[in-house]
Amino acid sequence: MTGHGPLLLQVSQLARRSVLRTFRQPINVVPSFLFPLMLLAVNVGGLRAAADLPGFPADSYLDFALAFTFLQGALFATTNAGTDLARDIQTGFLNRLALTPMRSAALLLGQLAGVVALALLQATLYLTVGIAAGVRPESGVPGVVLIVLLGVLVALAFGAIGAFLALRTGSGEAIQALFPLFFVFLFLSSMNLPRNLIEIEWFRTVTTINPVSYLIEGIRSLIITGWDAQALLLGFGLAAGIGSVALAAAGWALRGRLARS
Amino acid sequence: MRDEHGIQAEGLARDFKGGIRAVDGIELAVAPGEIYGFLGPNGAGKSTTVHMLTTLLPPSAGTARVAGFDVAHEGQQVRAAIGAALQEAALDPLLTGREHLRLQTALHGMPKAERTVRSQTLLERVGLTEAADRKVKTYSGGMKRRLDLALALAHEPRILFLDEPTTGLDPQSRNALWAEVARLARDEGVTVFLTTQYLEEADVLADRVGIIDHGRIVAEGTPISLKAEIGRPSVEAIPAAPADLVPLARVLERFGEPVPGSPKGVTVRLDGGEDALADVVRALDVEGLHVSHLQLHAPTLDDVFLAKTGRSLEGAGDELEEPEPVPA
Amino acid sequence: MRSFRSVAFAVAWRGIHNAFTNPAILVPSMLFPFFFFTAFAGGLSRVSDVPGFDYPPGYTAFQFVFVFLQSAAFGGIFNGFAVARDFESGFARRLLLAAPQRTGIIAGYAIVAFVRWVATISVVTVVALLVGMEVLGSGIDLFGLVLLGLLVNVAAVLWAAGIAMRFRTLQAGPLMQVPVFLILFLAPVYVPLDLLDGWIHAVASVNPATFLLEAGRSLLAGDPVQVGIAFAIALGAVLLLSFWALRGLRSAEAAG
Repeated sequence: MTGHGPLLLQVSQLARRSVLRTFRQPINVVPSFLFPLMLLAVNVGGLRAAADLPGFPADSYLDFALAFTFLQGALFATTNAGTDLARDIQTGFLNRLALTPMRSAALLLGQLAGVVALALLQATLYLTVGIAAGVRPESGVPGVVLIVLLGVLVALAFGAIGAFLALRTGSGEAIQALFPLFFVFLFLSSMNLPRNLIEIEWFRTVTTINPVSYLIEGIRSLIITGWDAQALLLGFGLAAGIGSVALAAAGWALRGRLARS
Repeated sequence: MRDEHGIQAEGLARDFKGGIRAVDGIELAVAPGEIYGFLGPNGAGKSTTVHMLTTLLPPSAGTARVAGFDVAHEGQQVRAAIGAALQEAALDPLLTGREHLRLQTALHGMPKAERTVRSQTLLERVGLTEAADRKVKTYSGGMKRRLDLALALAHEPRILFLDEPTTGLDPQSRNALWAEVARLARDEGVTVFLTTQYLEEADVLADRVGIIDHGRIVAEGTPISLKAEIGRPSVEAIPAAPADLVPLARVLERFGEPVPGSPKGVTVRLDGGEDALADVVRALDVEGLHVSHLQLHAPTLDDVFLAKTGRSLEGAGDELEEPEPVPA
Repeated sequence: MRSFRSVAFAVAWRGIHNAFTNPAILVPSMLFPFFFFTAFAGGLSRVSDVPGFDYPPGYTAFQFVFVFLQSAAFGGIFNGFAVARDFESGFARRLLLAAPQRTGIIAGYAIVAFVRWVATISVVTVVALLVGMEVLGSGIDLFGLVLLGLLVNVAAVLWAAGIAMRFRTLQAGPLMQVPVFLILFLAPVYVPLDLLDGWIHAVASVNPATFLLEAGRSLLAGDPVQVGIAFAIALGAVLLLSFWALRGLRSAEAAG
């Protein structure tokens, strides 16, 4: 009997568990698919006329707004990843895992596998609905692949934030309570109008500082512009940066939570 | 130098924020193959001790060796040698029993074929084959505890830690768990460290018992020897007429010191042992006192606890809760 | 009647006390409408440049009314969460056992929802006025707007309480929120009804929330339009949802 499993086996087993858990909770999964699409329909319906504003960067508001669904989906990833991990802490399951040769990295990476699986499906759905409704990404098929990639990367970064919060608070209720505030972060971005068309100066400043604006604009550029190097660099760079910081923070929080020798 | 003891602790202590010393210098030695019962009220320090011995909490002071490895510096080796079923059943409600075992065995590095065989063996052993592919959220409390035990045994550990394993279980489930624990120790030589607040559990299962109160071991020995230390049985009498309570007390107190008992009657510890019972009956007869109830009680572990701490074990933990594990 | 009042006030006192002594409960529900207002009024003000947009008090006021009614609705929903939590924890059973007049419990929850909403919307209103929102309505118009908000708040808490008492778990939260969210957002949120087109115009035209929203905006603008219909809808909703909530209470009683 060996006492230590290789990291890959541990990650794969914990990833398997994470994916199974994610999809066995339809009450968490279904809203993450439907809600962003509902909001998209409402926003497009209500703000269609905004596409007529001088300087609006797209022919249709749908083309402009589709990118936001990915960010909303990523927000659900934050709360799902966070509440699942918080439940593991509250039930003592984390202690059970800590008593095995499981490595901390395996737990985090495995946990986030569920986020990745969900994000892949979300991205596919949002793009399918968008294309069926008439969206034609200017960047073509390669751009579609990048949209999915960036969408998954953003979800991963947000999921890591959720994991960090779960490990710090140990409470699913705290994660749920933070959901509206994260949502607000999304709203204080260039989700509804491009930054140059925001009239109110302080609001424009906020959206310029808010990294979420660049995540949206990265995805959006692939749909309405084509290949905008700056937007892509900012989008991918920020997603990777946020994800790295969040993962490092989650790793630190996990070490503190486990405190085992 | 590695010793042959299953579990050994010297001066083991643990502090928490706010200056709380939950464990205060525990010294114990558990031989391989022994079932050691760790008995104490809520908040006595049982779970904290288990958390330290299983490497989940670093000790604030003292040392402990489990399966010959230092818990503070050789944690990986300790974890490879032990299995633990902690106070919470610690299961994922969304996974099935079989999936739990698969995960546990995989994390211990078992090859795939072996995982399948081992999982099936354990499911059969704990009587969960029919429920194996149902999600844990559909399991009863007893089934969850059985799965918990199976998970703790997944990698065939030499030492098993059970933290209040039968709390909340019905008598049938409890007896089944006791039988399995006894079998593990007897037939497979597994060392079992069992914490409990139930006297009967310690009495029935444990080869030796350590009684813990306020973070310290106040008594240790086999259940028989501990009870023999107290030695003397007690007699409880309830008068037929409530008005006779005081005269009854006067008579009984001639035969020993009063101890807590039924509020409707009088209980004294007999100085003369069981033989004094006949004298008690004669004395009551002489005084013309009629009793509706007269019973001889053999010493219990609760009597041991009472003798050592001045408090009864049942209800002794009500004033204290073990703190949440926030490091000092 | 006395026992109904005493039960209602006792339940209300507890809810208000818990909300106002627990920032974790109160603050998010206050911040949410505030941020919606900021995002919509601040981020979308250019929409008022769309040809055909004609609302004299301006876009800030236009969005304020939406946030006003939305916060009333969601204030009621958040209280439904509290009801569900009470059932999950077993506290609701204690209430049902202790209350001589159980309908007073629902009234108590409604009072809590209203008080919390008043606190929330006061903050948003002050902020809106500070950023220069124009109010063209008279005192009576504004009173009408507040009354409309109150009715929406009560209707929402009755809806949510009805769900909470039937399902008796926080997991029913989405069931409380999603229909209300849909009703609110399938109304003229960003532009007036006549600037919508396509399917959303069709849906918004028959959506009861549209009448409430347009009436509210007209009251703030000092030019009341279709206010009677709006109040009829609001009162009708309160009446219908009172039955809904009462049936929910009976369902909870039957479950024990």
